[in-house]
Amino acid sequence: MNLNFKHEWIETNIGLMAVLTMLAISVGGLVEIAPLFFIDKTVEKVEGVRPYTPLEQRGRDIYIREGCYTCHSQMIRPFRDEKLRYGHYSLAAESQYDHPFQWGSKRTGPDLARVGGKYSNQWQVQHLVAPRSMVPESVMPNYPWLLTTKLDISDTAARMKALRKVGVPYSLTQAELDANIEKFGETVAKQLHIPDAQKNLVEQANFGNYDGDRSGISEMDALVAYLQVLGTMVDFSKYADDAFVGNR
Amino acid sequence: MAVTTYSGAEQYNFDIVKKFAVMSLVWAVVGMFVGVYIASELAWPFLNFDSPYFSFGRFRPVHTSAVIFGFGGSALFATSYYVVQRTCQTRLISDGMASFTFWGWQTIIVTAALSYVMGYSQGREYAEMEWPIDILIEVVWVTYLILFVGTIMRRKQPHIYVANWFYLSFILATALLHTFNNLSMPVDLFSMKSYSLFSGTQDAMTQWWYGHNAVGFFLTAAFLGMMYYFVPKQAGRPIYSYRLSIVHFWALSFMYMWVGGHHLHWTALPDWTSSLAAAFSILLLMPSWGGMINGIMTLSGAWDKLRTDPVMRFMIVALSFYGMSTFEGPMMSLKEVNALSHYTDWTVGHVHSGALGWVAMISFGSLYHMIPKLWDTKIYSRKLVEWHFWLATIGIVLYIVAMWISGITQGLMWRAFDEFGNLQYSFAESVAAMMPFYAMRAIGGMFFLTGATLMAVNMYMTIRQGKRENAALEAKLAAKMAHA
Repeated sequence: MNLNFKHEWIETNIGLMAVLTMLAISVGGLVEIAPLFFIDKTVEKVEGVRPYTPLEQRGRDIYIREGCYTCHSQMIRPFRDEKLRYGHYSLAAESQYDHPFQWGSKRTGPDLARVGGKYSNQWQVQHLVAPRSMVPESVMPNYPWLLTTKLDISDTAARMKALRKVGVPYSLTQAELDANIEKFGETVAKQLHIPDAQKNLVEQANFGNYDGDRSGISEMDALVAYLQVLGTMVDFSKYADDAFVGNR
Repeated sequence: MAVTTYSGAEQYNFDIVKKFAVMSLVWAVVGMFVGVYIASELAWPFLNFDSPYFSFGRFRPVHTSAVIFGFGGSALFATSYYVVQRTCQTRLISDGMASFTFWGWQTIIVTAALSYVMGYSQGREYAEMEWPIDILIEVVWVTYLILFVGTIMRRKQPHIYVANWFYLSFILATALLHTFNNLSMPVDLFSMKSYSLFSGTQDAMTQWWYGHNAVGFFLTAAFLGMMYYFVPKQAGRPIYSYRLSIVHFWALSFMYMWVGGHHLHWTALPDWTSSLAAAFSILLLMPSWGGMINGIMTLSGAWDKLRTDPVMRFMIVALSFYGMSTFEGPMMSLKEVNALSHYTDWTVGHVHSGALGWVAMISFGSLYHMIPKLWDTKIYSRKLVEWHFWLATIGIVLYIVAMWISGITQGLMWRAFDEFGNLQYSFAESVAAMMPFYAMRAIGGMFFLTGATLMAVNMYMTIRQGKRENAALEAKLAAKMAHA
C-alpha cells in the first residue's frame, strides 16, 4: 500500500467515495450468489421432481396470497427430531421449480414441506375453515372464504407462460411437449402443456374433488391440491441414506 | 406547510424535512398499532375475525412496511436531508425533486399496505411488494440518490462529514439490493401478480442477501449516519474517534453484504455458502461495536447529561441496544446456536431488540432534537419525553424477554425426546406453551406504542407552539414596520 495514502482523498471526493463504496458492497453478493448458478452440485440430480400442475400452481398462488409462509416453513433440516416429526430433510431439488421459494423462517405452525398425504382432504378443508375444531391449541386464523370463493381460472395459461419465461419447463409447442414426455413421462407432461391448462385444471379439480363439493371449483380445491402434493414427489426409498450428503 | 420566519428557511430547504419528520411520527403510530394488533392475533386468534383483509398472514407485512419504510424510511429522508444541508452548508439542489421523493415515498407505503391486505405480494419471505410498486421505488430512490449526491457536490466545505458517508452507503446499497432482489416476471402488463426470476436455493440466497442487508444498510448504516450527526450535536462534543469512524465505516460496508446466508443454516443451501456467511457474521461484531463505542464514548466528559437530558438518554440506550443486538446476532449465526434458535420466536425477539431498541430509539432521540429546531421553539413537555423514554424501555424489555423465553422453550420442546427415543412433545403442545409469552409480547408492544403516541402528541403541541411563537413575532415585526 502506498504509504502516502490519505483517507482525506476519499473524504473530499464524492465520486471516488461512491465508486469505492460500490466496490466494497458488491463483493459479498458476487462471491456468494453467482456461483450458486454454476456449481452443478448445488441442486441434486433426483427423480420425480416436476413442475406443479395448473391446479396445484393456482393453489400455491393462494398459499402466497394468504401469507402462509409467515408462520409455516417448507424446509426440513437434517436433524433427528425433524426427521421424526416431518420426514426426510428437504433437498434443493425439491424446490427447483419454486418461483418464489417458500422455505420460510418461522414455525409458529409446523413445517409443511412434507405435509402432502399426511392428512385427508376432508381434514385439510375442516382445518382451514376452523383450525381450532381440529387442533384446540392452534392460533391459526380461520379461512372460511377459501371454500366460498370460486377459483379464478381465466388467467391460468398466462400464469404458466410467465413461469415458463423464468425457466419452469411448461410446454407451449409440440417439440417442448415431446421433450417433457421424455423427461417426466406422458401423464405428467400432458398436465404441463399450456394450451390445455384450463382443461387440465378443471379435470384435476373435478376428479380430485378436494373440497368435497362437486358443484364448482373453489379456491379451497386449489389450495388443498397444492398442500397434498408437498414433499411427495421424491421417493426416498429409492435412495441410500447418505445419497445426498455430498451435495451439502 | 406555511413559510416560517426561521432564518434557515431561505438558506436551507427545511420544508421537506418537516414533512418527512411529521409523516415519520404518523407512520410510527400506525405501524406500531398494527404491530400490537397482529401480536394480539397470535395470543387471541379470534381477533382475525374471519376476515381476509386482517388475517395475520396478510396483515403482518402491513406492520413491517409501515414501521420500516414508513416510520424508519421517513425518519431517514428527514434526517438525511437535514444533515446533508447543515453539514454541507448548502441547500438541496432541487425542491421539485425533494418534493417528488416525499409524495412518491408516501404513495409507495400506502399502496403497499393496500396491496398487502388485498393479497398482493411477491411472497418472498419479506412479502416483497409487487412489481408496479417496485418500479416506483426504483424511480424515487434514484431521484433521492441524485439529490443527495448533487447536494454534496455543492458543499461549501472541502470535507464530506462522516454522517454523509453512511447515508451515501445506505442509499447505494439499497439501490443495488432492491434492484436484484425484485427481478420478477409479471403475469401480464395489467396483472399485479408476478413470479420471481429465480427459484429455490438461488432465490432463497438472493432474498436473504437482500433481507439481511435491508437490516444492514437500511436499518443500520443509515441510522449510524443519524447517530453521527445527532449524538455529537445533542452532547455538544465532537465524535470520539475520527480514525475509528473510518475503519468501521469501510469494514461495515464490506462485511455486511456477506452475512445473509446465516439465515439459511442447515437448509438446502450448500454448506460452503452458509459457513462463509457465519464467518463474516462473527467478524462483523468488530465494526458494529466500533460504531457503538464511537457513539457512546462521544459522551465522555458529559456523562451527567444522562441524568439531566432525556433526549440524550434515548440516544445512549439506542447505542446500548445496538451493541447488544450486534452481539446477539453473531452468536445466533453460529450453526450450533442457530440449530436451536432458527424457526423460533428468538429470531423475532432479536429483530425487535434491534428495531425497537436501536432503530426506533435513535430515531426518537434525533427527532426530539430536530423538530424543535425546525420550528424554532423548545420541546413542549420534557415530562412527556421522560414518560416516553420509560414506556419505550420497559416495553422493549418485556418484548424481548418474552421472545427469549418462548423461543428457547420452542426450540427445546421440538428437540426433546422421551425415554424411548420418541418425540416428547407434539407440535400443538409447543404452541400451547407459547400463549403467556405471546400475551406478554403484545403488552410490551402496547407500552412501546403508548410511548410513541405520547411523542406524537408532544411533537404536535411543540409544532403548534412554534407556529404560534413565530406568528406572534411576525405580528410584532409587522407592527414595528407599520410605525416606522
